[in-house]
Amino acid sequence: MSTPEHTASAPQPQSQSAAAAVRADNQDPSLFGQTPWQTVGPFFHFGLPWNGCADLTGPSQMGGRADLMPTGFAALRGPERRDAAAPVGERIQISGHVFDGRGRPVPDALLEIWQANASGCYRGSGFAGQGPASIDQGFFGFGRAATAEDGSFCFRTIRPGRVHFTSSGGALQAPHIALGVLGRGLLKRLMTRIYFDDEPSSAEDAILRLVPEHRRATLMAQRIDAAAGGAVPGSDPSAHYRFDVRLQGERETVFFDY
Amino acid sequence: MGTIQTVNAQLSNAGADFRREDGAQPPSLFAPYASTVERAPHEPLLRIPQTPTEQSGPNEWEALFGEQVTDLTCTRGAPAQGQRIIVCGQVLDEDRRPVANTLIEMWQANAAGRYAHERDQWDAPLDPNFSGAGRVLTDAQGRYRYTTVRPGAYPWGNHYNAWRPAHIHLSLMGPAFATRLVTQMYFPDDPLIEIDPIANAVPRAYRQRMVAHFDINITQPSYALGYRFDIVLRGRAATPLRAQT
Repeated sequence: MSTPEHTASAPQPQSQSAAAAVRADNQDPSLFGQTPWQTVGPFFHFGLPWNGCADLTGPSQMGGRADLMPTGFAALRGPERRDAAAPVGERIQISGHVFDGRGRPVPDALLEIWQANASGCYRGSGFAGQGPASIDQGFFGFGRAATAEDGSFCFRTIRPGRVHFTSSGGALQAPHIALGVLGRGLLKRLMTRIYFDDEPSSAEDAILRLVPEHRRATLMAQRIDAAAGGAVPGSDPSAHYRFDVRLQGERETVFFDY
Repeated sequence: MGTIQTVNAQLSNAGADFRREDGAQPPSLFAPYASTVERAPHEPLLRIPQTPTEQSGPNEWEALFGEQVTDLTCTRGAPAQGQRIIVCGQVLDEDRRPVANTLIEMWQANAAGRYAHERDQWDAPLDPNFSGAGRVLTDAQGRYRYTTVRPGAYPWGNHYNAWRPAHIHLSLMGPAFATRLVTQMYFPDDPLIEIDPIANAVPRAYRQRMVAHFDINITQPSYALGYRFDIVLRGRAATPLRAQT
């Protein structure tokens, strides 16, 4: 008929729809459509993070902000994971800071990640994948981290495997992690990806090649070597990466529309 | 119409792209909401195709997040202070297909407009019996329901004499990372909505999509007022079959 997007007629102004209102819901044809985004605001810490939400590899306290709960209050409880299997794959740590347009740390951002397991499979809906055998019972692939007062965050996870470019197969993407940034002052989520600077396949990744070359570095997590105070050989996690998010201005992170 | 919906339902997991934002979505930069000025990106967003990364999402909610909390008024022993309300509705996609088994997380201020949060400096009392956070799963028809108290309005520092309208923060993932939604539910007949910079970042014609409806049929006698709030997530783009109709 016509293009699939943006063809629905705009809803009528409030006064007109109110005059014709017979429905007590949000499904009135004059109103129906995507619910708009709104900011998470500065006070999401008791509602969204749970204990251990930034550690995708096992039970821990990473990711929340217990220091922001008033005396006698606590964040929502997380899941019981006492008998959870350990995830398969190489444990990695990704840490960094979130900065605003003036280079100041952002102390009230929330980062969300979504990634494939070590064999390149997503666990959840919308992924046909390679069948149940490819699912890692010890790994969900979703995590959250609230930034600290200095704007820092830290995820512990598994190095993701390569995922096909389309649901029907075809070329493989370079290992990557989808990242959403929410926070006070962010009316809607900012979406980006974390790639790895020591991963040779990044050079041929179809999504990265859409990014202007001079901005690609903003999507690359940098391996921190032991001499720089990062990973100690043989330690767990074995590889540490640094990834900063710059919301605005110089070296601004590339954010996607999809 | 019914036939089209049936066909679309059969194709719902076929890997079709999710539709992009419609005109209801706010811009990243909206200067009347002062915090956007130094946090909104300057560069335009880079449009990329959706891959399995964007088209998949977590769905084993209780194992991942923990147990549901569907009555926020009695999580801490004694009943919470304030006007008890029931909020229920349906989560749908843009083709009015129910979004089943999806997690809704909610958090809010208490009846006096105070958050259980160290950074909230508003001089209103904390309610020791109200933490203000919950989570609920939709059923097979996309329906959800929770009980809470009506949150109070509260002042904030955005501009002189600024007050946020009463609202409940809502977070939904939907079927995929691409369909993520965080919004705020407002209450009908609240005069503060019209002058709130955060609500006003949404163009006026679409603002009512964020306003709940009072519903006497949800209201329970001698117990709680009822509000209906349906939530619409991004749907699948038109399929070839749909385009022929």
